[in-house]
Amino acid sequence: MNWKTFYALLQRDGHVARRNLIPMLMQTMLQPLLLTFVFGRILTTGGMMQMSFKNILLPGIMAISMTLSGVQAVAMPLIAEFQFTKEIEDRLLAPIDNYWLAIEKVVAGMVQAIISGLVVLPAAWLTMGSGLNLSFNHPVEFVVVCLLVAGIAGTGGLLLGCSVGQTQIGLMFSMVIAPMMMFGCAYYPWSFLKAYPGLQYAVLINPLVYASEGLRGALVPQVDHISLPLVMAALAVTNVVFLALGLRKFQQKAVS
Amino acid sequence: MYDTPPPSAARAGGFSFTPVRSPAKEKKKFEVVALENLSLEIRAGEIFGLLGPNGAGKSTTIGILTTRTAPTSGRAFIGDHDVWREQVKAKRLIGVVPQRPNLDFALTAREILMFHGAYFGQGAKERTRRAEELLEQFKLTDRADQLCRGYSGGMMQRLSIARAMMHDPEVLFLDEPSAGLDPQTRLLLWEIIRDYNRQGKTIVLTTHYMDEADSLCERLAIIDHGKKIAEGAPQELKSSIPGGYLLRMRFNLVPEGLAAQIQAMPGVSEVRVKDGASADVYADRGGPLIGPIVHAAQALGTELHDVHIAEPSLETLFLHHTGRSLRD
Repeated sequence: MNWKTFYALLQRDGHVARRNLIPMLMQTMLQPLLLTFVFGRILTTGGMMQMSFKNILLPGIMAISMTLSGVQAVAMPLIAEFQFTKEIEDRLLAPIDNYWLAIEKVVAGMVQAIISGLVVLPAAWLTMGSGLNLSFNHPVEFVVVCLLVAGIAGTGGLLLGCSVGQTQIGLMFSMVIAPMMMFGCAYYPWSFLKAYPGLQYAVLINPLVYASEGLRGALVPQVDHISLPLVMAALAVTNVVFLALGLRKFQQKAVS
Repeated sequence: MYDTPPPSAARAGGFSFTPVRSPAKEKKKFEVVALENLSLEIRAGEIFGLLGPNGAGKSTTIGILTTRTAPTSGRAFIGDHDVWREQVKAKRLIGVVPQRPNLDFALTAREILMFHGAYFGQGAKERTRRAEELLEQFKLTDRADQLCRGYSGGMMQRLSIARAMMHDPEVLFLDEPSAGLDPQTRLLLWEIIRDYNRQGKTIVLTTHYMDEADSLCERLAIIDHGKKIAEGAPQELKSSIPGGYLLRMRFNLVPEGLAAQIQAMPGVSEVRVKDGASADVYADRGGPLIGPIVHAAQALGTELHDVHIAEPSLETLFLHHTGRSLRD
C-alpha cells in the first residue's frame, strides 16, 4: 500500500470539492432544507402536524442529506469520468493498485457525507425553530451511526457510479433515488408502516431505512425506532456488500 | 498475446514479448480480435514507432503495455516487470499520453502537474520546480493558473505530454501524439520527444503519419489488423521493398503478356496485376520506365490511363505488404 499516493489522491478530491463547496452544498442541502421548512415549520406551526413530528423529521432529513451528498460526490464524477471525459485515467496510472483509487473515492464520499450531516443538523434545527427534543446522551452511538451512514453513501456511490450509464442518470434519480427517499423512513418512523405489513418488510432492503432509524435512535431515542444494534449490524452488512460489489464493478470499468 | 519473460531488457526501459501460440479458443459472439500473436521487443533508450492505419491495434497494444487494456492471453513486460502481475511497479516506470486528452478538467494546468507529481510521491519542492520547468518548456506558463477546460486542442495535447513527463518516467508512451496538431506544434513536439530521448529514455509512439515514423523513430513496427507486418529501422524497411519505386498504373485493360513484358524490363523486380485493369510495378527506377511501358501497352492494343510514381517510402512498404494504402 502506497500511502503517499493515497493521500495525494484524497487531497486532489478535497481540493476539487473545496473549489465547488458552495454549489455542492446548494445541490445537496437546499431540497432537504426546503422540505424541513415546509413540513417541520409551516405545517407544524399551522397545526396540520403535531409538534413532535419535528423530532421524527430531523434525523430523516439528516439521513437523506448525508446519503445523497455522499452518493452524488462519488457517483457523478465516476459516471462522467469513466464514460465520457476519461479524466480518471490519469489517476488509474498513479502507482497504486486500482482498487485503492476506488477506496479513496469512498473515503472522499464519506467525508462529504459527514460534512453534509454536520451542516444540515444545525441548519434544520434552526429552520424548524422551537419544539425539538434532541438528545446527545449517546455520543458514541451517534458517531458510529454517522460513520456507517457515511459509509453506505460512499460505497453506494461507488456501486451506482460504476453501474449506471451516462444516459441513465435521470433514470437513476427517478427509479433508484426517489423511491429510496420515499420508502427510506425518513419522513416517518419504520413502526408507522405497521398497517402495511408487506411494505414494512419490503422496505428493509432499503439502506436508507437503517440510516434514518439509526439517527433517530441516536438523536431522538424517545421516538419509536428499530433497535440500535440491529441498525448498526444492518448498516455494516450493507457497507460490506456495497463495497465488495462496487470494487468489482470498478475493476471492470477501470480496465478495458 | 505475449508470453515468456524478457530475455534482455538492459534497463528498466525495454520490453520484450514473444508470441504464445494459444490454442484457437472458442470466440464469444461479437468478440473483436484486436491483436493476434503480436510480439514486439522494444529496446531501452530507443524511439520506437507503431505504424498502422486506424483500427490496426496500435492503441490496444499501448493499452496492454500501460495497464489500461487487459490482454486475453500472453504477457507484457516493462524491464523486468510483468505489466499485469506487477502493475504498480510498471506504472512507476511509464508515462502515458493518450490519444484523446484526458486532463483533469477540475484543475488548472499547474495543479494537474503538481497533483500528478504528488501521486508519484514527489516532494513539494521537487514538484514545484519540475512543474515550473515543464510549463516553461511547453510554453504554457502564461495560462498555467487557468482551468484547463478552456484550453485549445494543441494546448491540451502539450499539457498531456508535460504531465506524462512530470514523474520522469523511463518509458514514455505517446498514442498518436501529433493527431490534430498544426505543423508548428508538431515540430515542437518532435523536438521535445527527441530531447527526452537524449536523456536516455525510451519512447514508444503510435502514428499513422509516414513522415513522423520516418523522421522520428529509430525502429518501427508496421501493424495492420492486429498483426505485425514488418519491423525494423525505417531505412532498413524501405530498402526491403523490392525495387523501392512503386509505379501504380491504370490501363483500360491489361492484356495477356503485358505483365510478362514489363517484368522483363530492366530494373523491374515485381509486377502485380489487379482486377484486370491496373498494375503495380516495383522497380529500382521510376520515370524512365514509363516510355517503354506505354510502347509495350500500345503494341498490345491497350492504353495507359493513369500512372502514379511513388518514391521509396513507408507508404509503399505498407502498400506492398497489405495491398492497400495506409489511409484506406
